[in-house]
Amino acid sequence: MRHLRWLAVLPFLGILLGPFLLNRVEPFVLGLPLLLAWLVLCVIGTSAVMGVIYLTDPERRAPDDAR
Amino acid sequence: MNVALIIVAAGFAVAIGLGLYARLGRDMGLEQWTVGGRGFGTALVFLLMAGEIYTTFTFLGGSGIAYGKGGPAYYILCYLTLAYVTSYWLLPPVWRYAKRHDLYTQPDFFARKYESRALGMLVALVGLVALVPYLVLQFKGLGIIVSTTSYGAISSTVAVWIGAAALTVYVIVSGVHGSAWTAVIKDTSILALVIFLGIYLPLHYYGSYEGLFRAIETAKPGFLALPDRGQSPTWFSTTVLLTALGGYMWPHTFASLYTAREPGAFRRNAVILPIYQLINLFVFMIGFTAVLQVPGLTGPDVDLSLFKLSLQSFPPWFIGIIGATGVLTALVPGSMILIAGATLAANNLVRPLRPGMDDAATARLCKLTVPILALVCVGFTLSGGDTIVQLLLMGYNFVTQLFPCFIASLMRRNPLDWRAAMAGIVAGVATVAATVLSGFSLSAFPSLGPFQDVNVGVAALVVNILVTAAVAQLTRANAATRPQAAE
Repeated sequence: MRHLRWLAVLPFLGILLGPFLLNRVEPFVLGLPLLLAWLVLCVIGTSAVMGVIYLTDPERRAPDDAR
Repeated sequence: MNVALIIVAAGFAVAIGLGLYARLGRDMGLEQWTVGGRGFGTALVFLLMAGEIYTTFTFLGGSGIAYGKGGPAYYILCYLTLAYVTSYWLLPPVWRYAKRHDLYTQPDFFARKYESRALGMLVALVGLVALVPYLVLQFKGLGIIVSTTSYGAISSTVAVWIGAAALTVYVIVSGVHGSAWTAVIKDTSILALVIFLGIYLPLHYYGSYEGLFRAIETAKPGFLALPDRGQSPTWFSTTVLLTALGGYMWPHTFASLYTAREPGAFRRNAVILPIYQLINLFVFMIGFTAVLQVPGLTGPDVDLSLFKLSLQSFPPWFIGIIGATGVLTALVPGSMILIAGATLAANNLVRPLRPGMDDAATARLCKLTVPILALVCVGFTLSGGDTIVQLLLMGYNFVTQLFPCFIASLMRRNPLDWRAAMAGIVAGVATVAATVLSGFSLSAFPSLGPFQDVNVGVAALVVNILVTAAVAQLTRANAATRPQAAE
């Protein structure tokens, strides 16, 4: 499951490229300006992605950590 | 004395009491004082890292930049999120290396990896220079809070002195233990307070978030997105990337990672901390609500927007609660910064020059350095300076210059030696200083098109990497012709 760590590229793409495509105030999403709503989504998505990476990380149970 | 001020004073007292309590039963040697005996679990490391990142900047500066700049403020939400992603892989190896070699500070890490005391001293110097604006920020924040909650009875100058004295006493008695325990109280209260303000204020004045944003869009079209020129999407991307790389290069952040008991703590933190960033969203709401309710603040005064809005919305006792929380948000990061700065000066600037110094003497010197460093920062705070955000950005550009040789040192075979690392750092820092001091900006070259909005810190980083590569090439060529000189 190690290839799942490449998911970590997604937050970078979303946050660094998103503003070029979604730099608008309207339409409002859940009451937020579009750009802000997108960035909030990216932040929540980042936690989700890191959660998946953490749960499937073989190194998590490496004896190395116990030291 | 009014109610607000009494509550703020109680906040100070509780913080110092907690610091003293956390110290009980521990012998405060160098390792206990600076890295908490490397015994903090996930929860405490989380609080310490979150605690030093959520500072007066979050509280006053975050709402200030939302109030003053609008859309560009969103970068605050983003850069740490990306820093946390990289921390998942970068921090565990650093922690293991630090533990194996008994390191206390960030320069210790560079000095050991590159086997160069000179590099350690250079890193210490860069760190100290970057820390000063960061600490100035906390003092400025303390000044705003105490003078506002006293309703003008205490001048901001006196307030800065009171804050600096309290912080110094606090740090000398408790070291890093005090920081972690105060962080527990501080994080709970700032979380509750910011969420309350961020929900109550917009709803009170506008009925809903959408109402708030529609009102702003009508009054100031485009304010809630990025402008086409200046702080454009290009500016946004490059600034987020730059500050994300620099995020863990701050000496106090780097040092706080040594406090962990096991590296798994960082991996778990990398999952939780991005969500925790959303607290900034409520800070933005406060600033945005202030845009049309307390208009007219400009320049450094934008940092007052949260308090100005609160003063017209709440009774004095609640202003006291806001002030006490603000005091805690300045004390926790302030103490971490003072500890990191004092340790840098004692352990990494003085100690290498005096080979006979033992740990006990270094610990004594650390505690002696704390008041000196505090005094220097009070001096800078009172002699003026720029608004909170600009100061911080300059510090960020300095510490980001450490990133290239940091990454190289984690590779299995480091392609750089200490000469390349030092040359790169010096070139990068010199470029930052030159651009800031001369007011240089790429927008002087309209022919660059959208690239003129690239953060000039990126230019410094490019200079840094080019010089590093060139020197690495030269030294390698030298080593090849004179193999006996190779280390």
